Amino acid sequence: MLELRSINAGYGTFQALFNVDLDVKAGEAVGVIGPNGAGKTTLMRVISGLIRPSRGSIAMEGVDVVAAPPHKIVSLGIAHVPENRRLFPKLSVDDNLKMGAFMKEARDHYVERLEVVFDLFPRLKERRQQMAGTMSGGEQQMCAIGRALMSNPKLLLLDEPSAGLAPVVVQQVFELVKRIRARGLTVLIVEQNVQQVLRVVDRAYLIEAGTIRATGTSAEMLASDTVKEAYLGV
Amino acid sequence: MQAFLDIFDVYLLEAVINGILLGGVLALLALGLNLIFGVIDVTWICYAELVMIGMYAMYFMVQYYGLSYFIAAPFTIMLVAILGAALHYLVIAPLLTAPPINQLLATGGVLFVLQSFATVAFGIDFRNLGIRLPVLAFGEMNFSYARLLSFLAALVGMIAVYLFMTRTFTGTAIRAISQDRQIMALMGVDTRRIYLVTSALGGALAGLAACLLVLQYDVHPFVGLSFGPITFLICVLGGLGNFIGGFIAAFVFAEIISLGGLFSDLEWGYVLAFAFFIVMMFIRPAGLFARRR
Repeated sequence: MLELRSINAGYGTFQALFNVDLDVKAGEAVGVIGPNGAGKTTLMRVISGLIRPSRGSIAMEGVDVVAAPPHKIVSLGIAHVPENRRLFPKLSVDDNLKMGAFMKEARDHYVERLEVVFDLFPRLKERRQQMAGTMSGGEQQMCAIGRALMSNPKLLLLDEPSAGLAPVVVQQVFELVKRIRARGLTVLIVEQNVQQVLRVVDRAYLIEAGTIRATGTSAEMLASDTVKEAYLGV
Repeated sequence: MQAFLDIFDVYLLEAVINGILLGGVLALLALGLNLIFGVIDVTWICYAELVMIGMYAMYFMVQYYGLSYFIAAPFTIMLVAILGAALHYLVIAPLLTAPPINQLLATGGVLFVLQSFATVAFGIDFRNLGIRLPVLAFGEMNFSYARLLSFLAALVGMIAVYLFMTRTFTGTAIRAISQDRQIMALMGVDTRRIYLVTSALGGALAGLAACLLVLQYDVHPFVGLSFGPITFLICVLGGLGNFIGGFIAAFVFAEIISLGGLFSDLEWGYVLAFAFFIVMMFIRPAGLFARRR
């Protein structure tokens, strides 16, 4: 579904990604793990068009993503839940969800999509009129994921969905990811919470200093010495 | 003595109501300027000059081509909306990432261009529509129909903007964009297009204001000076970019002008309003309704 080939990317003169190859197949859940500053968020931003790669190619179902203007990439079926959620704090939950359905294709199915999201997150339905910025961290994460789902994506990019949340809420968020998968969505998830994320995904990539260091199924990653030593504290 | 007080009360009431009527148009002007500032983060110094051009458009359509007022008005609103979009496209868009001072200087330059253009093209004569609307006598008070009509039209205009901003996808995007510009692309929003729509909307509001002001004021190339500065004061007092603050501040200013005018000449009303503004800037520099940190 998604293919990244020899991607280089960065900010100004600072290069954050070096020669990254990455594949996500339809129906899969893939994790990207690695330390702070390894380039995980940059990877997500390159895919959703917030920054442009300086080299390499990205294809979504065979369509060249790099050639599309940033605001058209969501139309290719890629929805990005950014790091720190990035809701519109002074808009209501309803209006935040509305923004998720902004593009033409999604507008036509606005009402249906709203039902799907409320079905998945009944909590949001109770909070429809509340300002997004006044909700708890967990509710905000629901709203951010809900907003991304409003565009009826094929591929969901989740950037650190557990960041800044209480441990109990982190559990809930990973439960949510499972439920979203059950609906047939393909998920690419970036996490520092290695142990948790490896329980949810099929495969994972380990990224360090902007380079892919290791890749394998969740079981392989859990068993790998590199991962164990550095991230699982075994 | 009692008789004197009775008359005084009637005049006071008349002045208060006239203040409210004036406030409607001022609020409309402030809304347009606030919209541009709140969404694009740019101040259109030349905002009142767009109104001036709109007033000339009304004058020529009505006086020269004999169109009726109500047919000319929509054309004027459209014309100034296009002017607003053109201003954004030609002047603001290339300077979006430039330092704010450059944007101010550029729109300030447009102010002089528009004033000079009007002087060369139309001369410095004072012109008016030649429409004299009757005066409504209510008890012992007199209100001009022009003011009543302006107030109602301004109110309708503001309600229309409110509905647009709250009910439509584009309106919601306009409210969202100032809260997080970077992620708008993730929503499938082309920020350049939203800026252009916002500029056209700001222009349309200036156009509507032009249609209303031309009923009460003569047009000349420098007419913008008689309500441009006051519009800026209102926006700053209400907190730049704060729609509700601007709305309330418009009525505060209108009442000061109207009541100040009651006690002496109308000009003194303006002096009072400006003095009030200066004092308020010392007490609440971020505007009347700025949240305390």
